[in-house]
Amino acid sequence: MALLKLRGVHKGFQTPKGPHPVLRGIDLVVEESEFVCVLGYSGSGKTTLLSLIAGLMEPDAGEILLEGRPIQGPGPDRGIVFQNYSLLPWMTVLENVNLAVEAVDSQRPPAERVARGEHLIRLVNLWDARHKRPHELSGGMRQRVAVARGLAMDPKVLLLDEPFSALDALTRATLQSELARIWMEDRKTVLMITNDVEEAILLADRVVPLTPGPGATLGPEIPIRIARPRLPRHVNRDPEYHRIRQAIADFLVTQRGGNGGPPQALKAA
Amino acid sequence: MTRDTATTVILPLLGAALVLAVWAGLSQTVAPDLPSPARTWEESRRYVLEPFFKDGETNQGLGRLAFYSLVRVGKGYLLAVAIGTPLGFLLGLSLRFHQTFDPIVQFLRPISPLAWLPIGLIVFRQSEAAAVFTIGLCAMWPTVINTAVGVRSIPQEYLNVGRVLKLARWRMLRKIVIPATLPYVFTGYRLSLGIAWLVIVASEMLTGAPGVGGFLWQEYNALVYSHIITSILTIGLIGFLLDRMMGAVERRVKTA
Repeated sequence: MALLKLRGVHKGFQTPKGPHPVLRGIDLVVEESEFVCVLGYSGSGKTTLLSLIAGLMEPDAGEILLEGRPIQGPGPDRGIVFQNYSLLPWMTVLENVNLAVEAVDSQRPPAERVARGEHLIRLVNLWDARHKRPHELSGGMRQRVAVARGLAMDPKVLLLDEPFSALDALTRATLQSELARIWMEDRKTVLMITNDVEEAILLADRVVPLTPGPGATLGPEIPIRIARPRLPRHVNRDPEYHRIRQAIADFLVTQRGGNGGPPQALKAA
Repeated sequence: MTRDTATTVILPLLGAALVLAVWAGLSQTVAPDLPSPARTWEESRRYVLEPFFKDGETNQGLGRLAFYSLVRVGKGYLLAVAIGTPLGFLLGLSLRFHQTFDPIVQFLRPISPLAWLPIGLIVFRQSEAAAVFTIGLCAMWPTVINTAVGVRSIPQEYLNVGRVLKLARWRMLRKIVIPATLPYVFTGYRLSLGIAWLVIVASEMLTGAPGVGGFLWQEYNALVYSHIITSILTIGLIGFLLDRMMGAVERRVKTA
């Protein structure tokens, strides 16, 4: 049974000019321990999709099932790492992560909770900065705290909302490989949305493009069969990588009506 | 001398000197009944240099008078803050509460202390309690309103963190709502203190209670005008210091 399933999900908003459809007929299946990337342009509805799965919004139609049961509102079982980190500015790194640990592990003895918090902060290489407040941290460090907090929720599915889009390219590359490393240790089920094709191919088992809005739907999926670990300097020399990258890019661009042609189906992998 | 010293010390002193010059000029020319700075100082020296003397209830040093006023302000201010803070939180957190009580808040807010004082005297029948009641009622509005605004201004993303973690109601309040609101609450506290100090002077003038305001009105009736000016200067100075003090507290809370 699939861990996460979306069926016929629709979402729109009311605007002064009338109803504006954001997502249309979204069907998605995510299996356990998979790393899935949803890829799309900015403004295509990616964050809306993730907010629906996280339970922060409700769909207008369709269903969202976690382990076969419909989701009911937000919860740590679908832990989310927000695009803007959303760290609480009056708390230190340690306190931010422990907030999640305590919310989820209230049954376990305090010693175990403390150990878990420490483990997660060390995992993202921030132990030395654990007493710092968010305003004292760089963007990359803040994002790592957000990831540690997301993992602290011990979610069934970890949702990542363009986690690296606010960072410079160099930090982005560093954090991508860190995320890959962390994921390989744990094999959590991850659903990540991004606008970066290369990032998606580096990290995901499967890439699902989102057509540009309004009324975006999910395009045909592309499995990524490149062996892990995917080090950028090796992957860059892999012709398979370039083929996939070109195929996805072509799909997205022609979906938008670029390349001088009408929208085309994606060439099969 | 550093640039800082010049701007924070020299310039204000220059400003003060200018005001003194204008005052002296006015008292010589257009308003001969207004005592000059020199005469004001002559007649008020004792009150300033021996701030804690007491020759009976109606003749006391400025230190003692300021102390009485501050104690009264303290009581009224604590009342204002104790009632205003939870009221502000309720207004911000609950839509129903807001819909029910906000019109009453907006209605009561502009009522002057001078209007509340007679009610206080009727209800409590003694001037001390009436003054504290009046201060509390007038000073609480900035706390109420700033707290409510603070609650409503909490970024949705912080609330979402709490929602995703499924935090219990009291944890949400303690860990997210209250810390996020604190800067607004302390701004309200600072404004409330300013109003409390304003109201104490008016209350004392009306009830004749011993204090800086009481002294001002007493000396007006005794026709010793230079003491009125001294009172005004004292009131201004204390108000300034109180505000500075609260400003420092507010800054500490904001960077915490």
